[in-house]
Amino acid sequence: MTVLIEATGVSKHYPVETGGMFRRTTTPLRAVDNVSLSVEEGETLGLVGESGCGKSTLGRLLIRLLPATAGNIRFGGTDITALGGQPLRNVRRSMQIVFQDPYGALNPRMTVEDIVMEPLLIHGAKPNADSRAQVSDMLSRVGLPARALERFPHEFSGGQRQRIGIARALILRPRFVVCDEPVSALDVSVQAQIVNLLQDLQAELGLTYLFIAHDLGVVKHISTRVAVMYLGKIVEVAEKRALYAEPRHPYTRGLIASVPVTHPSQRARGRAERQRLEGDIPSALNPPSGCRFHTRCPLVQPICREQEPATREPAAGHLVACHLA
Amino acid sequence: MTAPEEIRQSPFNVTLRRLMHHRLFLLGLGLVSIVAIAALLAPWIAPVDPNKLAMRFKFRPPDGDFIFGTDNFGRSLWSRVIWGARLSMFIGSAVVLINAVCGTAIGAAAGYFRRLDNILMRFNDALMAFPAVLLAIAVTAVLGPSVNDVIIALGIVYTPRTARIVRSSVIVLREMEYVQAAVAAGAGHWRILRRHILPNAMAPLIVQLSFLFAYAVLTEATLSFLGVGAVPPTPTWGNIMAEGRQYMIDAPWIIAIPGVALMITVLGLNLLGDGLRDVLDPRLRIQS
Repeated sequence: MTVLIEATGVSKHYPVETGGMFRRTTTPLRAVDNVSLSVEEGETLGLVGESGCGKSTLGRLLIRLLPATAGNIRFGGTDITALGGQPLRNVRRSMQIVFQDPYGALNPRMTVEDIVMEPLLIHGAKPNADSRAQVSDMLSRVGLPARALERFPHEFSGGQRQRIGIARALILRPRFVVCDEPVSALDVSVQAQIVNLLQDLQAELGLTYLFIAHDLGVVKHISTRVAVMYLGKIVEVAEKRALYAEPRHPYTRGLIASVPVTHPSQRARGRAERQRLEGDIPSALNPPSGCRFHTRCPLVQPICREQEPATREPAAGHLVACHLA
Repeated sequence: MTAPEEIRQSPFNVTLRRLMHHRLFLLGLGLVSIVAIAALLAPWIAPVDPNKLAMRFKFRPPDGDFIFGTDNFGRSLWSRVIWGARLSMFIGSAVVLINAVCGTAIGAAAGYFRRLDNILMRFNDALMAFPAVLLAIAVTAVLGPSVNDVIIALGIVYTPRTARIVRSSVIVLREMEYVQAAVAAGAGHWRILRRHILPNAMAPLIVQLSFLFAYAVLTEATLSFLGVGAVPPTPTWGNIMAEGRQYMIDAPWIIAIPGVALMITVLGLNLLGDGLRDVLDPRLRIQS
């Protein structure tokens, strides 16, 4: 397997003004703090964590939708951290994004044909029969009828809008797609259809996904490997089976325990060994000292409050940042 | 027979259909249309020169010969009010046009390019801190008292307000995911503004411009009335009222008729604006 996209020591800090009217100081909000991550060609890397942990920000940093404060990003072996102008535009062809909110992701004043065709036009195509044929072909691939072309986004259901968003992301034939919680806003029955569609398209078009989600349920189905994020840091990365069978970070265990069980008979058995997550995620403006998870960790030790744990590799391909793992 | 789903449900068609069912909008549209048609047809429906003096007919009340009566110089008020409508409509449209262009340009620049925001908006705030009429008087004092100078003055007075409204829409829209998708696809600033941001910022802008038309007409009349607008004997409604003010007891129609015309115009424009706001931007209704 070759690495397609690789982030090394990437951070995103937002300056936030704090203090009163006269004594203003700016404190950096560390949305993503010194994160290293790589995605291999053809795989689906699941990225999970609670709301506000920085997973969407990380996804946007990787495809240069946001400028990184520090660190660098390599795509297909070239450093794209500081690209601009035409070279950046060329790289953008290969990296696309599917958004969470199917209502905000489509321009309400454009027809479906215009929406899906726009990326082609940006990259120099003319709005001719050839472009139209590409758009129709992509719409049929995502399972939309040809008569959808002339319609406006408000005429579609959430699941259909998500299909339009996927068609727009794939029309340029990218290699890497960030799926930013693509099914979180959909009905459960529709979620499965969209996840299956994404998997089919991955096989057909040879795509690599970063699949962002806030629970481990969906990710378990689609991912090759899973990365767990907490308060701007990646705390554990492992191959899917290893992560679910043998979670090493207490936070990962908590997340797995919070996935609802499918049958009542499993409930009693699970309860004893469950370590539920208590409390809320602390503020990224003032993160806890040492290990950032120590305020909620059931196994907390004195060292956790003082020293930030280094990332170790207890088993091949299984990375974890915890003093106790 | 065409199936109902074959009708193209473009946002424009939907809006148009809703407007056609809004009664107050239709009333406003009717009132404004009366004034606008009178203004357009002025040379035909009011063929008498509005400035032609005829002292032997002075102070004639409205009757069969003079529909709106005559003023202290025997000028036909019908002609003067109709030609005044022409001027009001012209000044109003010109101010709206200046605002639409300059306000959108400044507002879009400030909202989209955040670095320009502070400079442009502080300058904007400075202009908005003056009362509208006072600032307009100051500008006409510098430029001069012709119709064109009044248009420029009103343009300067109201452009900051329009710019602020456009800026706030643009700030919201630039964070929308469809804009992010365009960035991810490699779209340039110009394409993003033209295709994604400005078309979606139009609704509040159109509402604002319809109210602004009313303000412009009203402020122009105020300037004329105070004697700092277009110079007499230019037949503006403000000029007619300023002259008629002296004869208010003996010849009340001189001041009343242009006053009613002004009221109809402003009322019509406000109803029109309310209707547009209800249909285009329903969230704003809560605030008023």
